[in-house]
Amino acid sequence: MAKYLIGLYDDEDKLLAAVEAFQKEKVPIHEVCTPFPVHGLDHVLHLKKSRLPDAAFVYGALGTLTALTMQIYMYSIDWPINIGGKSFLPFPSFIPITFELTVLFAGVLMFLSYLYVNRLYPGRKAVVYDPRQTDDAMVIAIADEGHWDAARNLFQKTGAFEAKIVEL
Amino acid sequence: MFESPIREPLILGKKTYRKITDDLVSPILGPASWKWYVTTAFTAAVMFAGFAAIAYTIWVGIGTWGLNKTIGWAFDITNFVFWIGIGHAGTLISAILLLFRQRWRMAINRAAEAMTIFAVICAGLFPIIHMGRPWLAFWFLPLPNTHGPLWVNFNSPLLWDVFAISTYFTISLLFWYTGLIPDLAMVRDRAKPGSFTYHVYSILSFGWTGSAKQWQRFEAVSLVLAGLSTPLVLSVHSIVSFDFATSILPGWHTTIFPPYFVAGAIFSGFGMVLTLMIITREVLNLKDYITLEHIDAMAKVTLATGMMVGFAYATEFFIAWYSGSYWERYIFLNRAFGPYWWSYWAMVGCNLLIPQVFWFKKLRRSPWFVFVISIFVNIGMWFERFVIIVTSLHRDFLASSWRMYAPTWVEVTILVGSFGLFLTLYLLFARFLPVIAAAETKSILKTSGDQYAGLSWEAYKARKPQGAVAPALHFSSDPDTPKS
Repeated sequence: MAKYLIGLYDDEDKLLAAVEAFQKEKVPIHEVCTPFPVHGLDHVLHLKKSRLPDAAFVYGALGTLTALTMQIYMYSIDWPINIGGKSFLPFPSFIPITFELTVLFAGVLMFLSYLYVNRLYPGRKAVVYDPRQTDDAMVIAIADEGHWDAARNLFQKTGAFEAKIVEL
Repeated sequence: MFESPIREPLILGKKTYRKITDDLVSPILGPASWKWYVTTAFTAAVMFAGFAAIAYTIWVGIGTWGLNKTIGWAFDITNFVFWIGIGHAGTLISAILLLFRQRWRMAINRAAEAMTIFAVICAGLFPIIHMGRPWLAFWFLPLPNTHGPLWVNFNSPLLWDVFAISTYFTISLLFWYTGLIPDLAMVRDRAKPGSFTYHVYSILSFGWTGSAKQWQRFEAVSLVLAGLSTPLVLSVHSIVSFDFATSILPGWHTTIFPPYFVAGAIFSGFGMVLTLMIITREVLNLKDYITLEHIDAMAKVTLATGMMVGFAYATEFFIAWYSGSYWERYIFLNRAFGPYWWSYWAMVGCNLLIPQVFWFKKLRRSPWFVFVISIFVNIGMWFERFVIIVTSLHRDFLASSWRMYAPTWVEVTILVGSFGLFLTLYLLFARFLPVIAAAETKSILKTSGDQYAGLSWEAYKARKPQGAVAPALHFSSDPDTPKS
């Protein structure tokens, strides 16, 4: 059982200010959970930019290559068919499927990567510090007990409407 | 952080975050009304009637349909193109409007995306039934077959369609589900812990917590999926139009088809979104979220795309004349004044003339009036596909093979049944999933809620904080404490 001191905020502006205050006082924040994406939160928490879009580009390129290889192999190498003297390598005809597979690979693989890096899967037990974190409360969780006294003061100072210790 | 006063608020009723949660979760966790059961039972019955007609078709054969030697494609492909088109509004709202940062999309994107998925399911039925031997549908996949390594025909737009539609369905589903995960977690945390409902939503929400890192990735993924979906949605109906445009049939063999079909698809999709959203906001009492402003905006899109479609009709006629092609001219005159004149004028009336009423703001803001017009749009766009397909086919190059087409009861039942399928899926969606993207709506509350919209920056900063102020367990602090 891990113990956390959590503070709940009702306003995203207060939350952002609070995160900055915690960082100024060098109180390590374990996690911040919000019911909706709070803009600027990743900046104040100094989160690294997500590399998922870069991964999506690679996946898309993989899709393009797969589609082209597949079509050229099947249609032009393995079993070329003479259809009214048309080209054995009808590149323009390959464009639609190449595009579709590019999108399909990028989308599906990025979605799977997203689930993987977030450790999201059916049946995973969610870490819910407080049920209101998916409703109307923004939660700052402090894991390190040595900093709890400082954190308690900071919660008070930065306008948390509630603070408590939870065991998960 | 503040909105110009001329922009109308998108969320009415002075909502708090808590109130948004309650408004969206209570219809899911509360008991369903008897009206929901009656309606769902009815649409499910219609759906099963359609399935019975499909079973009859497969058992007896395509001969049960009104097709003949000249008209080999009619109702089924009309329905296929119609349903694919319906789906396009969902992707437009969720993807293209996201890239354009249109906030009004947030109230309707969830339901519109759900409609996309259900419409593509309905659309996918028709080509598979039309194969006659649907158990051989896998022949469309690029698999080496038993007659030697003979592959599928990559020159065929019908094969491109297989790839386009299945990609469209998959990406739409993933996009929709990505947005649903946080809202499913919201439902999970409102349900009684340990209850059956809790477990179901717990599994469906994949253990979402809403941590900062999760949200950061969520936004990255949403943006990229939107960027991928935007060209995808344009490609799907373009490829559907290639089914016709790459043929040499007069009336089909036109380069205008891809943009014309895409505009028509968005037009028909918005027609369907309006139809269902006007009912949904009434029944689920979501008028504070799907406001008159939203209906107004959707009516404007309908008007604009309707006029694009109308412009395409005019262009087709002009090009038919200007091309000097005898066959092309004939087919277009025959469309408007031949034996199927009524379907042509139903199309022009419903798609071009009737939506012109949306020039008037008062009419755009009368939900029930818009509802009636949206029904006309649905009918008109169905007729557009019927006109394109049947009128081009029924008068062949040889006058001796001219035939007329009329659907049989089997085809009509399948069409009605596809509406049953669509509506049943939608009703299940409206009952068990949050119909409005709650997290996204909360994220725009501070800019688009009616208590904030039109505030000056000073007034915004000086406002009383909104949101729940619950009694503190260990200590409470003054909610008005100035920020550090």
